[in-house]
Amino acid sequence: MEYWLPIVYLAIMGLALLVYVILDGYDLGVGMLLPGATDAEKDLMIASIGPFWDANETWIVLGVGVLLIAFPLAHGIILSSLYIPVTLMLLGLILRGVAFDLRVKGGDHRKALWNRAFFVGSLLASVSQGWMLGAYITGLREDITSLLFAGLIAATLPALYVLLGAAWLLMKSEGELFDKAVRWGRRAMLPMGVALLLVSVATPVVSEAIARRWFSLPNAIGLLPIPLVCALVYGGLFWFLNRPELLRRGYAWLVYAGIVLICVMAALGLAFSIFPDVVMGRMTLWEASASVASLQFTLVGVVITLPMIVFYTIYIYRIFHGKARALSYE
Amino acid sequence: MDWDPFVLARIQFAANISFHILFPAISIGLAWVLFYFRARYTLSGDRAWEYAYYFWVKVFALTFAMGVVSGITMSFQFGTNWPGFMERAGNVAGPLLGYEVLTAFFLEASFLGIMLFGKDRVSNKMHLISAFLVAVGTLLSAFWILSLNSWMQTPAGYSLDEGVVTVESWWRIIFNPSFPYRFFHMTLASLLTSAFLIAGVSAWRARAGLAGPGTWKVLRTGVAIAAVAAPLQIFVGDLHGLNTLEHQPAKVAAMEAIWETQRGAPFTLVALPDGEARKNHLALEIPHAASLILTHRWNGEVRGLDEFIGEHPPVAPVFWSFRVMLAMGVLMLAVAWWGAWSCLRGREPSMPLLRALSWMTFSGWVAVLAGWYVTEIGRQPWIVQGLLRVDSVVADHSSATLTGTLLGYVLLYVFLIFSYMGALRYLSRQEAASLVLVEQGESSGSRQAQEVV
Repeated sequence: MEYWLPIVYLAIMGLALLVYVILDGYDLGVGMLLPGATDAEKDLMIASIGPFWDANETWIVLGVGVLLIAFPLAHGIILSSLYIPVTLMLLGLILRGVAFDLRVKGGDHRKALWNRAFFVGSLLASVSQGWMLGAYITGLREDITSLLFAGLIAATLPALYVLLGAAWLLMKSEGELFDKAVRWGRRAMLPMGVALLLVSVATPVVSEAIARRWFSLPNAIGLLPIPLVCALVYGGLFWFLNRPELLRRGYAWLVYAGIVLICVMAALGLAFSIFPDVVMGRMTLWEASASVASLQFTLVGVVITLPMIVFYTIYIYRIFHGKARALSYE
Repeated sequence: MDWDPFVLARIQFAANISFHILFPAISIGLAWVLFYFRARYTLSGDRAWEYAYYFWVKVFALTFAMGVVSGITMSFQFGTNWPGFMERAGNVAGPLLGYEVLTAFFLEASFLGIMLFGKDRVSNKMHLISAFLVAVGTLLSAFWILSLNSWMQTPAGYSLDEGVVTVESWWRIIFNPSFPYRFFHMTLASLLTSAFLIAGVSAWRARAGLAGPGTWKVLRTGVAIAAVAAPLQIFVGDLHGLNTLEHQPAKVAAMEAIWETQRGAPFTLVALPDGEARKNHLALEIPHAASLILTHRWNGEVRGLDEFIGEHPPVAPVFWSFRVMLAMGVLMLAVAWWGAWSCLRGREPSMPLLRALSWMTFSGWVAVLAGWYVTEIGRQPWIVQGLLRVDSVVADHSSATLTGTLLGYVLLYVFLIFSYMGALRYLSRQEAASLVLVEQGESSGSRQAQEVV
């Protein structure tokens, strides 16, 4: 129990954060793409994420919630060292969350203002999340190299969300907006690749132990699929984004699925690097863990509710399946 | 600027929690009101109820979004500003917050999508079920978070292991001594807040000549809820107070500004409590009344603040917040009964009544904020009563960092409050869609009609 419970929780937390990136990633991405669209397209883009964004955002609450439930000691260290990016992210999430409602309820004369707020909020939240990831995988250090590195991730990670957003729009839109989404997707590919590469090299560079784990012989072969799959999918995405006629024939979901696959691989790689630490080089998951009684009590709830959540999330996605129509409240 | 980082961290959290509570205070009650509207529409087929639903579901969505984003902020702030709390009390606080996320947040956020955008995509039955699930979600959310809050006020079911709280009985933790009272007090408060909101906005629309049949239905619903919930709330509030007296006597002493333990303590109507001199200036008192209310005996002994030196809250803010809450409660009762009396006589509400109702639109907010100040400031200097002091769990950030982020939050919150009110005003100014029913006759009410009540 004392050995396994924290591992189970680490898995749940990793899963929640991965689902967060995959789901909230596309609606943050749509937000960042807003300035490039016409007014009518803006309405359609926002309509396409309308029924989902709120639940998508809940996954980060679950992720941080698990951090807090299972690893209270790490929760304090991580969140107080990330104080500034966390605050900026929250301000961004607040701004876009309310802009979503107020752009249609604040009167037409303010719509442009709220569209801009939606864009700024989405960008701010994405950049801050990049910063947080960058700081976390360099072990929350505060020397200049780590800060620079976090800055680089902050500048490039939003491209992943933009790509997810573009892929989402490929599934949800038609006509001119569809063509725009293809162009947006192509443009996001390069910075996204840079972000991916940076995240991959960070942990071995920062920690020799991690480098040894990746590059010593039996491991290196077993781990090969991770970079290999990423490279293959990355190439595949390029190929697809240059064939809009294929995408239009109902294969658009492949782009989204490809990015999801890359995210899953990146998450696996990261997990392999960092495990069993929760705060790199400082604290293992067992040291940070809450008491067994608390973990058991919550696990009951997780086992019952998580499948239900997954079930009704899929149900909601099915209800609102298909190309987006103009936002209608009736 | 060189302010105490501890004070700044507290101001920041107080600002966040004050901003946050405004929205759940509406949405918990409003979710059930919406379910009621939808159910009435389903049962009667009366389009006026449907219009009422679609008008208020938009307000609900806006309110809910404000609550979600400010709530996410708080869940992070536990870690960023008060890491010591999670390190010491995480074994209790973590699971309770976790259950809130798992049982409530996903449920509300997911099915709200159907309430808002599901019209042509799901059956009316599924729509009704969604409204119900969202309402259940708001209540579950209140259940878990109030359980944690109550545990911080009246901790039970735990033991200490080297300063860290460990769990002995989840049952006693969740249903700790003050929880049932706080839960009913808060859910009633939310019901009252939303009742006055819907009645107030409807009254405002009636005065502006924008009301349709749906508007009147909403107004009567609000008045009816308020007329029942207001007296019930006063009763529950009294029980809650007696419970506080038993478990947190220092808080009650501060609420009543009783500096010294005494028999036959007077009830102080108004006064200027002076923390330096430890006495009241300009006090207006009713002899023996505090003893009578608190102990139900003429000469009952009431413990004073002198028994809790160094461990009691600042008196003036608790004393005054309590009085503001009481005054609002009485005012709400009066207006609600006036409205109910007028509705029962089957008349159109008079102009003075409509005016009173629209003035009272946000009365719930005032009472809720005042009430929370009583209970939260009243807990000081503890973060967990008798167990953990607030100053022992604060994070170590520089005052410059805290001042900067505080400024950012406050500016954003002020801006958002104005935007929220602006949006409510904008929505309320639209002509009632249910007026179309009057002009066209019930049967032909067009689907394309403006979706405003």
